[in-house]
Amino acid sequence: MTGDQSNGQNDEQTGGPNSVYHHDDQGNPVGQSSHDNEVVSETRMSAYWQANLRFLAVLLVVWFAVSFGAGILFADALDQYSFLGFPLGFWFAQQGAIYVFVVLIFVYVIGMNRIDKAHGVSDDDETPAVTGGDA
Amino acid sequence: MGVQTLTYIFVGLTFALYIGIAVWARARSTTDFYVAGGGVHPVVNGMATAADWMSAASFISMAGIIAFMGRDGAVYLLGWTGGYVLLALLLAPYLRKFGQFTVPDFIGERYYSKAARVVAVVCLIFISFTYIAGQMRGVGIVFSRFLEVDIATGVIIGMGIVFIYAALGGMKGITYTQAAQYCVLIFAYMVPAIFISILVSGSPIPQLGFGGTMADGSGRAVLETLDGILLDLGFGAYTAGAKSTIDVFAITAALMIGTAGLPHVIVRFFTVPKVSDARRSAGWALVFIAILYTTAPAVAVFARINFVESVNEKSYAETPAWFRNWEDIGLVAWQDKNGDGRLQYRAGTPFAGAPSFSDDRGESGERLMTNATTETANEVYVDRDIIVLANPEIAALPNWVIALVAAGGLAAALSTAAGLLLVISAAVSHDLLKKTFSPNLSERQELLYARIAIAVALALAGLFGIYPPAFVAQVVAFAFGLAAASLFPAILLGVFSKRMNKEGAIAGMVSGLVFTFGYIVYFKFISPESNTAAHWLFGISPEGIGFIGALLNFAVAGVVARMTAPPPAAVQDLVDDIRLPSGAGVAHRHG
Repeated sequence: MTGDQSNGQNDEQTGGPNSVYHHDDQGNPVGQSSHDNEVVSETRMSAYWQANLRFLAVLLVVWFAVSFGAGILFADALDQYSFLGFPLGFWFAQQGAIYVFVVLIFVYVIGMNRIDKAHGVSDDDETPAVTGGDA
Repeated sequence: MGVQTLTYIFVGLTFALYIGIAVWARARSTTDFYVAGGGVHPVVNGMATAADWMSAASFISMAGIIAFMGRDGAVYLLGWTGGYVLLALLLAPYLRKFGQFTVPDFIGERYYSKAARVVAVVCLIFISFTYIAGQMRGVGIVFSRFLEVDIATGVIIGMGIVFIYAALGGMKGITYTQAAQYCVLIFAYMVPAIFISILVSGSPIPQLGFGGTMADGSGRAVLETLDGILLDLGFGAYTAGAKSTIDVFAITAALMIGTAGLPHVIVRFFTVPKVSDARRSAGWALVFIAILYTTAPAVAVFARINFVESVNEKSYAETPAWFRNWEDIGLVAWQDKNGDGRLQYRAGTPFAGAPSFSDDRGESGERLMTNATTETANEVYVDRDIIVLANPEIAALPNWVIALVAAGGLAAALSTAAGLLLVISAAVSHDLLKKTFSPNLSERQELLYARIAIAVALALAGLFGIYPPAFVAQVVAFAFGLAAASLFPAILLGVFSKRMNKEGAIAGMVSGLVFTFGYIVYFKFISPESNTAAHWLFGISPEGIGFIGALLNFAVAGVVARMTAPPPAAVQDLVDDIRLPSGAGVAHRHG
């Protein structure tokens, strides 16, 4: 168990985050013990989760900026400008923020699919079972 | 053909369609019944989610509310769509991966506690019933106005339809009917909106039209025109808000967090095959939602202009037919305070409370009321709920458009009611009976209880529709406030904090609930006279207090979790597992 763990750590130290991606593209070497798999997947798992959180943070900043920022907190200042005939702050509050929300979710879909693939945790090739089973 | 005949045809055709779909998509297993067998295409699921999400409140009430609130109406637009983003990014994929049937399932398993599950069930049932009462009122209004049956008969017919496809088809039937209902409701919303936009602004795209200029040749901007009209009548300008910034912020936040915690929408994501599909279907759903939500503020502006122009300073005999039709069912009223025989529409309440009519008619032929009059110059009472429904009549659109809107309003109300009934039934049969009180229930028995629960819940909801409690409007603040203060933080922490344990989650949910509940009850029921900004905590109204409740929930949960033991290793593994998209399988029964 100790050996397995140091194995996993070596992977991480020598390669840096990018090598984790690289490693995944090639798949897991045949003949590795299940312990090895577990350790590799734990490293991979944490890199995947960190990438996920960073991506979420960026999206949520945009989400906050267009709704609470442009639509509420800074709306009065933005109202001095006119956009498509609307006072800009009013437009963000009643139109613009909603458009940005739609774009945000699709950016999220595409971005997350990439992150999933890069970390080898994508479910794209999975054919889901049609009937329920026990976990 | 008359409006009534056309409405019967449209409503009859759509109802036949819904029932046909329900028969075709009969549920045969609990997996079919709770999560539609888990095999729904993301775009179809997106449509169903959109119909589920957009209730009678969105279709019938929202544009009317915005028309009378003006700029502040943005709290609903931002709150309900922005909350959807939270749901799509922070909850939907993980709950899909978790892969069980209900929201209390997640809370119960993640916090390894029957108590937590029961707290979640109680919140869920309360939230859902509050919501259903509103849907049934919508059904009642449409039936009584357009089909001229009384509200009770209307509600019973609506209940019958919902029961057929909810109890028969379960989630599978509901999903496909909701997709059809989306098509009906969005068509019914857009057609009159486009007509009216062309009429008022000359633009066929309502979203652009209300930023454009008036089509009357004056060359003035639509919004400026409306601001001018309203200022003349003593209202505030449409583009200026009346609420304080902090209150707008808090209400928007409470609606966002609250909507993201609404159980009937969360379960929709359990019906798609994979985690990546859950994300994709969330995107499609917001596209379908945004079509209506960006149109609503335009409809609001056009409707307000039309309303003022067709009512103000007219004699009763000159008012259009729609005014008298809505007066007949008591949703508009006129009290000739100054005896000049003309309707003065001004700022302020025309008389105390909702109109209570006597059987007599006044000199001009208007229905007389027994309400105490007020000091204001305003003589016209208008229920905000009629704006969307009356809009085609106000703009003098063809009869088939009016009939279409009636069918659309019913589609919106029934689709949401069905989704809510399903989560209530699942909470009772699955979470309370199967998971808490009698674990030996067979799948067949569970399915039977689920169907019985739907019938009972529907009967109760119908009673709310026929005898609407006077406090329905006040209780709506509850649904969102409580969802925000209880379910959302618990689910979010369950995914994003591995350290969160049962003690923290329960303490958080209970303190968020008690605080929010107490605040709303105090200002809405115990001491309504002190419900003013001066008495509010931080200047936040009861509608927005769910935001503070949610913050309190997070804070208490964090502190308590730090002071108690971390969750067991098996639960931490579960959290690891739901964070990974691969290996989801179909939603299923655990043990």
